[in-house]
Amino acid sequence: MNSKSRRCIDLLFNYIFKVTGLLVLLLLGAILAMLVYNSVAFFLDVRPADFITGLTWNPTGSDPKYGILPLVLSTTLVTLGAMVIAIPLGIGTAAFIAEYAGRRLKNILKPTIEMLAAIPSVVIGFLGIVVVGPGIAHIADLANGLNALNGAMLLAVMALPTIITVAEDAMHAVPKTYKEASYGVGANKWQTLRKITIPAAAPGIIAAVMLGVGRAIGETMTVLMATGNAALLPNSMFASVKTMTATIAIEMGEVPYQTTHYYALYAIATALFIMTLAANMLGEYFINRFRKYHAA
Amino acid sequence: MTSKLSVENLHINFGQKEVLKNINVSFAEHQVTALIGPSGCGKSTLLRSLNRMHDLSPDAKIMGKLRIDGTDIYGKDIPPTKIRQRIGMVFQKANPFAKSVYDNITYGLKINNLPHTKDVVEKALREAFLWEEVKNDLKMPATRLSGGQQQRLCIARTVALRPEVILMDEPCSALDPISTLKIEELITDLKDRYTIVIVTHNMQQAQRVADKTIFMYLGEVKEEGSTQQLFNNPKHELTANYISGHFG
Amino acid sequence: MQLRKNVTSVIEWGTLLLSTSLVCFFLLVILYEICSKGSAVISWEFVSSLPKEGMTRGGILTPIVGTVLLTLLTALFAIPFGVCCAIYLQEYAKSSWLTRLIRASIRNLSGVPSIIYGLFGLALFVQGLQFGTSLLAAGLTLGLLSLPYIITTTEEALLRIPNSMREAALAVGATKFETIKDIVLPSSMSGILTGVVLTLSRAAGETAPILFTGAAFYINQTSLSVNQEFMALPYHLYMLSTQHQSIDEVRPIAYGTALVLIVVVFFLNLTAFIIRYKYRQHDK
Repeated sequence: MNSKSRRCIDLLFNYIFKVTGLLVLLLLGAILAMLVYNSVAFFLDVRPADFITGLTWNPTGSDPKYGILPLVLSTTLVTLGAMVIAIPLGIGTAAFIAEYAGRRLKNILKPTIEMLAAIPSVVIGFLGIVVVGPGIAHIADLANGLNALNGAMLLAVMALPTIITVAEDAMHAVPKTYKEASYGVGANKWQTLRKITIPAAAPGIIAAVMLGVGRAIGETMTVLMATGNAALLPNSMFASVKTMTATIAIEMGEVPYQTTHYYALYAIATALFIMTLAANMLGEYFINRFRKYHAA
Repeated sequence: MTSKLSVENLHINFGQKEVLKNINVSFAEHQVTALIGPSGCGKSTLLRSLNRMHDLSPDAKIMGKLRIDGTDIYGKDIPPTKIRQRIGMVFQKANPFAKSVYDNITYGLKINNLPHTKDVVEKALREAFLWEEVKNDLKMPATRLSGGQQQRLCIARTVALRPEVILMDEPCSALDPISTLKIEELITDLKDRYTIVIVTHNMQQAQRVADKTIFMYLGEVKEEGSTQQLFNNPKHELTANYISGHFG
Repeated sequence: MQLRKNVTSVIEWGTLLLSTSLVCFFLLVILYEICSKGSAVISWEFVSSLPKEGMTRGGILTPIVGTVLLTLLTALFAIPFGVCCAIYLQEYAKSSWLTRLIRASIRNLSGVPSIIYGLFGLALFVQGLQFGTSLLAAGLTLGLLSLPYIITTTEEALLRIPNSMREAALAVGATKFETIKDIVLPSSMSGILTGVVLTLSRAAGETAPILFTGAAFYINQTSLSVNQEFMALPYHLYMLSTQHQSIDEVRPIAYGTALVLIVVVFFLNLTAFIIRYKYRQHDK
């Protein structure tokens, strides 16, 4: 190949690479545009206040109601429930792996966590139907176990790998000198963990939790399969709930295109996008703060 | 004595920082020129500007005229690949490709459309004093060679392209004394056919291999002259202090 | 005093051990439940025959073929796109507001819930570009979903290649593109492959993005056409366990499907693990 054609190829690929970079930007732009466009179409039909504060979600009734509140509360309830389970378990496991487990145990535990992370959400949802649901129904003496508690337990399992991995990284990154100083003044392992390692790793641990929250809010299949999907204001963990993601998943298959109901689902997606974005950005903020502290 | 490379009014900035200030030097054909000076004096920056290696760093700004045989090195009509083929480079840390010994030599030849027969490879390896050590396992991954052998392979890879100039950026700083001696011997052998510019921290090395030495300090050329004159009879007080080891 | 100290330290250690054991227990329960009940229906016939009689009989060949084709299509789209973008960011882009913006959008995209990708695929590929609900639309949707992961892992792999390798190639007269093609990419191949395989294993298990872009409830023949609807393992499992009219009757098939899905995903993960392991050995 002569020198001139080599130069042309070099230049050509320079542009190809650059264009792919710009296309990624375009992708996010297009997703945003889709959400905004369809949400605006929705708000031409329904007042934003009715959407945000409405207590009823019943888009197919004779007097359609588009209140998102029951859905947001369902998502919040299930996510909070999941975090109540996953945070202590996740931090405990992370601390065990980072501080107590020997090299060999670590080599077993880490792939175990990776395996848990690899299980498709639909399989976890299936387990919710065949194992967790009947279990809850039996213990709480209910007709069925498809409710917020079931969803929360499954989401906890789905969020755990994220929380454990990020929190373990944070604890691992705490400089050894901090811990040695603590042992030096006579503290034992547990005291060092509580008073030194966890506070020093706190931003990283908060980041882990926020990323777990982001994952839980956006998760579709498990909650769709395990929570019963009744679009009512939830009154307890044993209530059947319909999260934002599940609402989109169920109703998008049934609505005619370009109707108010269709646009309403995009409005829900916009709210969902904002919520996950907030959780992920908070997570990222704390990760950066942690990195700054322990850059050396 | 004809000058092979010439540098006129060279200024180099990295972002806001001025790294080289108004450099005017020339490098004579078939001679070894050593660039010496304390860390951060800009000697490596000068060396790398000679074959456009700063093209990799986007914030480097280069002003001035650099010529090889009168041709503008940064000229629009000559591609940087052609310049780098004419002006080869050997780096501080040996960086063979993750390929076999044989393919390390042929890679540059292939992409530049030069003949890459076994004879060419053998000749290059002989020139780098490496042939006897590797002739039986040319298919071996280059990373399995010792540090000194790897560096000689990098020199072989460079001379295979029949360059006119070879730039060497502290080529022995990561090597043991025996490997260092071998490479110095090689440099002396190569200068009959190539023009060599070498950056070194090692005063003894400069005296052993270089015909001419240039002393740089804080981005400027402080003194230049024949190696003998510069080391035995420095004109500048800074030069005298540096070569006698008062700082660096 | 000493005894009390010992007792508390055992309790403290025990709490951490307990949480770790619980997490492992979850995995065991999942694997045990699926394997014990799934293996009962798994046979060569199950994985090699078409679903019959409204999916109450027969095997799961159609969803297996569908998932394989879907994953291939995802790979075909996302790998070149993602790798090129990573090359741009790592090898070409200067640090400017534009690059920072691109990086921020990639981080952002990786956090977007998969159901929103599903909506986007519906709006762009199914309706906008008129692909209809099809294998192509679903594959492209999953490709978009996979993109941020492929970019991030490829960037990490490129970052591990020392600059001296790039300089070596440039110094023998290679162009920038030749440097990347001949030196940088081959050296980072195993790292890129690991990331790609992990991402594909994730895509193979996704359900939400294919809900409205092309997955079908029941097709009793296999087709290789990209503009038709298809069956996929995760969607099949979802349908069998929630939407089928005789849920109890098809439960064994659901277990079998779940087992096959998990085996596929673990197989891909294992592949990635082996590539990474070999790469590390090679490094030493």
